[in-house]
Amino acid sequence: MAQANVRDLARLVIDDPTLSYRQRVQRLAAVAEGALEGVSVGDACRVALEERVVCDMYEGQAPYRPRYLLPDYERALRQGSTYLELPPPGDLNEALWFLAAMYSQVPSITGYPVYLGDLDTVLAPYVEGWSADRIVDALRPFWRALDRTLPDAFVHANLGPHDTPFGRAVLRLERELQQVVPNLTLKVHPDLTPDDYLLDAVRTVFACAKPHFVNHPMMVGDLGERYGVVSCYNSLKIGGGAHTLVRLDLSAAARRHQGPTETFVDDTLARYVELTGELLEARIRHLVECARFYDHDWLAREGLISLERFSAMFGVFGLAEAVDLLMEHDGRAGRYGHDDGANALSYRIVEAVAARVAERPLPWCEGFGGRALLHAQSGIDSDVGVTAGTRVPIGTEPSLPRHLRTVAPHHRLFAAGVSDVLHFDDTARRNPRAVIDVIRGAFAQGMRDVTFNLDSNDFIRITGYLVRKSDLARIESGARHGSTFLGAGSEAEAHPSQRAPHRVVASERLAGS
Amino acid sequence: MAGAKGLVSGVIPFSSVDGPGNRFVLFLQGCNFDCIACHNPHTISPCNDCGLCAHVCPSGALSLEHGFVRWNDALCTSAELCIARCPYDATPKARWHTVDEIVADIRAHAPYLSGVTVSGGEATQQAAFVRALFEALRDDDTLGRLHRLVDSNGAAPQDVWDELADAMDGAAIDLKAFDDEVHRRMTGASNALVLRSIELLAARGSLHEVRLLLLPGVNDRLDDLARCGAWLHRVDPNLRVKVIGFRRHGVRPRAAQVDEPSAAEMGAYAEALRGIGLTNVELV
Repeated sequence: MAQANVRDLARLVIDDPTLSYRQRVQRLAAVAEGALEGVSVGDACRVALEERVVCDMYEGQAPYRPRYLLPDYERALRQGSTYLELPPPGDLNEALWFLAAMYSQVPSITGYPVYLGDLDTVLAPYVEGWSADRIVDALRPFWRALDRTLPDAFVHANLGPHDTPFGRAVLRLERELQQVVPNLTLKVHPDLTPDDYLLDAVRTVFACAKPHFVNHPMMVGDLGERYGVVSCYNSLKIGGGAHTLVRLDLSAAARRHQGPTETFVDDTLARYVELTGELLEARIRHLVECARFYDHDWLAREGLISLERFSAMFGVFGLAEAVDLLMEHDGRAGRYGHDDGANALSYRIVEAVAARVAERPLPWCEGFGGRALLHAQSGIDSDVGVTAGTRVPIGTEPSLPRHLRTVAPHHRLFAAGVSDVLHFDDTARRNPRAVIDVIRGAFAQGMRDVTFNLDSNDFIRITGYLVRKSDLARIESGARHGSTFLGAGSEAEAHPSQRAPHRVVASERLAGS
Repeated sequence: MAGAKGLVSGVIPFSSVDGPGNRFVLFLQGCNFDCIACHNPHTISPCNDCGLCAHVCPSGALSLEHGFVRWNDALCTSAELCIARCPYDATPKARWHTVDEIVADIRAHAPYLSGVTVSGGEATQQAAFVRALFEALRDDDTLGRLHRLVDSNGAAPQDVWDELADAMDGAAIDLKAFDDEVHRRMTGASNALVLRSIELLAARGSLHEVRLLLLPGVNDRLDDLARCGAWLHRVDPNLRVKVIGFRRHGVRPRAAQVDEPSAAEMGAYAEALRGIGLTNVELV
């Protein structure tokens, strides 16, 4: 990036009247990082990156903090912190202030923590014997402060799988406060999570589009008991995380493929999977070996994260367009989501990517056996005409049963998360039991992640994160939540709020590019 | 009886409005009522193979062959001009299906379902088929857990309910009007059988709910409603009574003149019923 360009970019940021002070500081940091040499990769990888077949998520030229990290908050509260100069808290109030202090010192790609903890578990010792009423009152100011001090919808808290008064209190506060932050996930186990708790969660979805639901046994199978869901449906290990996320645009790879579909998987796709791996490796090495994040960060020093629990995320998106294009090449009419042949091709593509990713060793990825975690990436605001992850394109989603049948077989392969946003019409409000049936059915059928949208509340999921429609309407005069800007971009490009099922994808492009 | 056949006008694999939880709904063709407010009027009569629909089909999915209307579902684009054209309240798309075929379809969706509802048309008009279907579900290792509900206008004699008794978990009954004169005007038939069905099913513990579809100016007089409520209260004070406001969607032109009830009117209906002492009145 030329020097003059840096000046122009910095000027643009400083002159933008819609950005708050803090948003400007973040963007200026990204502009500075962008002025550096990028990580070192071969020519083919560089071209793939320039053509955005391979995409670095605009994370920055010189990674100096992990994309996502999941501190072990339970341990922090138990042992106290030298760095924070805080003893182990003695009651709930002290614990909440401890966490608030800690959150301000947890980095991620967005500059805010993407993981606030499995709060029902983390705070359980401080609310033993408390009623949900009492917890609601004690928690309300803290919950408000989360939204006001961490203004970014990628900030994510987890609950479940057990039904607890604490979890009930959080759901009630969510319905009451209608906040963008934090995003929320409920871990669901077929036996440990009772219907009545799910019912409460589904009613919360009706009110504010949260929580997101995950298949607990499947997650535990891939990541172990200690996992968390962060940002836009990224599932990672607690005490670890993901160094980086590099994603492969399957539709762009398909466009560059010459010859029959038969050779796509072993030829073009294989080549781009390796180029994605190359960029992942270069970025991981920069973070770990050059920026030496894990050597000096306080979380690592105090044992709240450890390098051995980290890996990196290999993202894919644009599956729908890739499949449709290859079908067309073959003179076949079927479309992804609507045709068994097209769906079969989609499974072949994803299985091939998964097999190659599982064969590609990466440095500093002991958190997943020295390999990257596969992730169906849910998009960023600059994506045009490309569908998130393995989703069916907006507006062309088939009936719910067919939709589920189409996407379910993909889910087992995406240990780091995959999201499909399902649509229910308003009649489901009178019958939340029907929504529970779909959640339980989806998990029994091998789905990993399930998110719903309803037309009739103020929230839409843009790519995975939430934006309030009322904020979107006022975007020109600025927004307190950084992610609302991304939502405005996505809305302008892809009209996710007009999709048949509402909402789409997401990601954390910052000041970017 | 797994080979029994039913005349099916359609299925909805996922429905959140036809009973508890997410349900597979089977619509059977043919009804013994002709209700002014019918939302699926094309399910009332059997097709008489007149062939008028074949002339208006935009996709060539309908043809008249050897005096019979043939429907090619591969060509059908669901424009539904056939149904709009049919002067006999029928559809050329109803088909005979075996119990095995329907069970296979239910099995494919079962992980997502709480139950199965047979609706119509009028489900009890094909009671032998409904019984065979429900028995097949009940006796199936994996499908036996599904709740089996009959959605009926209640105009069925006791022997029909006797036939269904062991196979179904419950029946939801529409009571179009409590006043027999109004009922005759609305449906073309007396409500005597309907009231007897409600009493019988309640006594057997298999009355899932009673629905009152209310049309302003037609069957919504508050004094009638109060008498209806008092009668239902005698049947079972804790009976689930669902008050449904008339919607114009899907009805025939003669009902399109009827107003949809306002929120205030709906509130007054519920009040009239709750005032009697009914404990479980829901507004829809």
